[in-house]
Amino acid sequence: MRVGILGVGLLAAGLEGWPTGREVLAGTRPFDPCRVPDPDASLLPANERRRSSDCVRWAVQVAQEAMAQSGLDPHEVATVFASSGGEMEVLDKLCRALATTERVVSPTLFHQSVHNTAAGYWGIATSCQQSSTALSCYDDSCAAGLLEAVTYACVEERPVLFVAYDLPAPAPLNGARPIASAFAAALVLTPSVSQALAIADVTLTAAAGRDVSHAFSQEFERLRLDNPAARLLPVLQALAMERRATINLNLLDDQRLIVGVESCRT
Amino acid sequence: MSKRPMTPLTLSAYTLVTANGRGIGAVYQALRERRSGLKPCDFEDALLKTYIGRVAGLEDFSLGADLEQFECRNNRLAWLGLQQDGFMVAVAEAIQRYGADRIAVVMGTSTSGILETEHAYRNRDPLTGSLPPWYTSRYRYTHNMFSLGHFVRACVGLQGPAMVISTACSSSAKVFATAARFLQAGLCDAAIVGGVDSLCHTTLHGFSSLQLLSTSPCRPCDEDRDGLSLGEAAGYALLESSERVGRKGAVALLGYGESSDGYHMSHPHPEGAGAIRAIRQSLDRAGLQPSDIDYINLHGTATRANDLVEDKAVYSIFADGPACSSTKGWTGHALGAAGITEAVIATLCLKQGFIPGTLNCERVDPALRSRILRENEDRPIRRVVSNIFGFGGNNCSLVLGVL
Repeated sequence: MRVGILGVGLLAAGLEGWPTGREVLAGTRPFDPCRVPDPDASLLPANERRRSSDCVRWAVQVAQEAMAQSGLDPHEVATVFASSGGEMEVLDKLCRALATTERVVSPTLFHQSVHNTAAGYWGIATSCQQSSTALSCYDDSCAAGLLEAVTYACVEERPVLFVAYDLPAPAPLNGARPIASAFAAALVLTPSVSQALAIADVTLTAAAGRDVSHAFSQEFERLRLDNPAARLLPVLQALAMERRATINLNLLDDQRLIVGVESCRT
Repeated sequence: MSKRPMTPLTLSAYTLVTANGRGIGAVYQALRERRSGLKPCDFEDALLKTYIGRVAGLEDFSLGADLEQFECRNNRLAWLGLQQDGFMVAVAEAIQRYGADRIAVVMGTSTSGILETEHAYRNRDPLTGSLPPWYTSRYRYTHNMFSLGHFVRACVGLQGPAMVISTACSSSAKVFATAARFLQAGLCDAAIVGGVDSLCHTTLHGFSSLQLLSTSPCRPCDEDRDGLSLGEAAGYALLESSERVGRKGAVALLGYGESSDGYHMSHPHPEGAGAIRAIRQSLDRAGLQPSDIDYINLHGTATRANDLVEDKAVYSIFADGPACSSTKGWTGHALGAAGITEAVIATLCLKQGFIPGTLNCERVDPALRSRILRENEDRPIRRVVSNIFGFGGNNCSLVLGVL
């Protein structure tokens, strides 16, 4: 399956936004992951932004960055949001409330607990009525989401926004799912490759073992392994370097997504 | 969107467990006899004045030693579903035909095994506040959204692509759309789709906090309806291209439509704009006109807002043509499993020549203009639309029909 990449969004400590993040990934700017970003996700209406979780703000921030770069009207773009655990911060608050004898649950918190909360807020922020999917595949959520998004673009012949995000869970839930650093990234994909920044050829193949990409800077390896959404880093680095690269993304133990990236700028 | 209708996908096997019973025979019998599965809430220690559709016997068994790490209510319900209606045999035959790596697993859930996390939070270490080790080591296999997909894949021995879609109530309707795309793109030769959602305190107290739970068994489309009843369910379907398995007279997925409201997290769009878009798309993909539809299985949750807005959407497309009903009065609202529950019920209706009249609807709300059916009807039908709408304004409509 072949898609064009029209826009990229990126957010992590030391990778704050695509314009500077791509320089870091390309090795022309130092990687300094000290400061944790606090995205404003300016597209969210003020009310929604005040109520929203960090998770929603991170996802919406990278989504709006990628959409702006694509030049597409967000009304026309379907979405696929991939996250291993989704709203862990909200789930922690809910489970705390449910462990009390009163069990008083906030209605706002409850409707924010669904896995498609970020997808829903994006839809509200953009008034978009296209298809929207939220999914999980544990450590391989990013590969599963990319597969869903690329398949959507090719079969439905429509543009699609792909967002991958996972944030550290608060204590004590972090004992069940230890993720040290937050990561979010987005790609706007189209079935047409004209005007694209880059082309991605995506193939799914049955393959045993857990082979990962080797053409990848080791300084980002800890982040890549820490956060399921950061499994997209090798693809992002190839885009940043504007070079041809083939990246293997594991999808469970026995499937592999082979992503061939080729820049259209050279 | 392509102008050509999609290739119909045959449901070569399907199964369902709801509060009405285990397997399609039990569910069909309850539909015919107008026997509701809703009972006063007796779930664990929840003190809520509401009715629930609880699947009996889920507390009475454990998963086998080889599946021990997956042990939780949601996966026990998933396991129970897999044992019904010869579904495992049908999957084994499909593995013979295509190979284990050519069959996708696309499941839907909203709750996953969150009940385990609720229990773990009640058993936090009093000194450190940490969660018990029996829980943390099994989060991946119980509460994480993918655990259901992992579990089904492990139970049936598949090695193809897999994922769990979690878009609240529309989850296990959207699995049909994703599987249809995977089949069309050649990523697999067959797909197991389905959904499993189980009762938990999060949804019981959450819907209670939104004041959306009825104190009586839910009454979809009734003028005095006052909210929904929660249920739990597990259902599956094996999808294969009708060009490969054909079978005249079999039921197939003819179309699907997916949309968003882009309006509010928990209130439907007032004019049903997203619902209209999903229904129209599903008809377009099936290459059908509104007049081709014999029966609409409504989302019909029995909340004031849902039934009114859904009626507006349905009437704007179909006028008062096809018979419409909600089956939530039998099953309760199974949330992430509502899509597969109602897709399998629609399949039973097509196979049996039967339309269930809306249970518990004593007087149809005069504000509703669609043709809401109250009594069961026996007559051959060829095409059904099933609507599912969820939180986040996430909508999905399916068209199922006889080949």
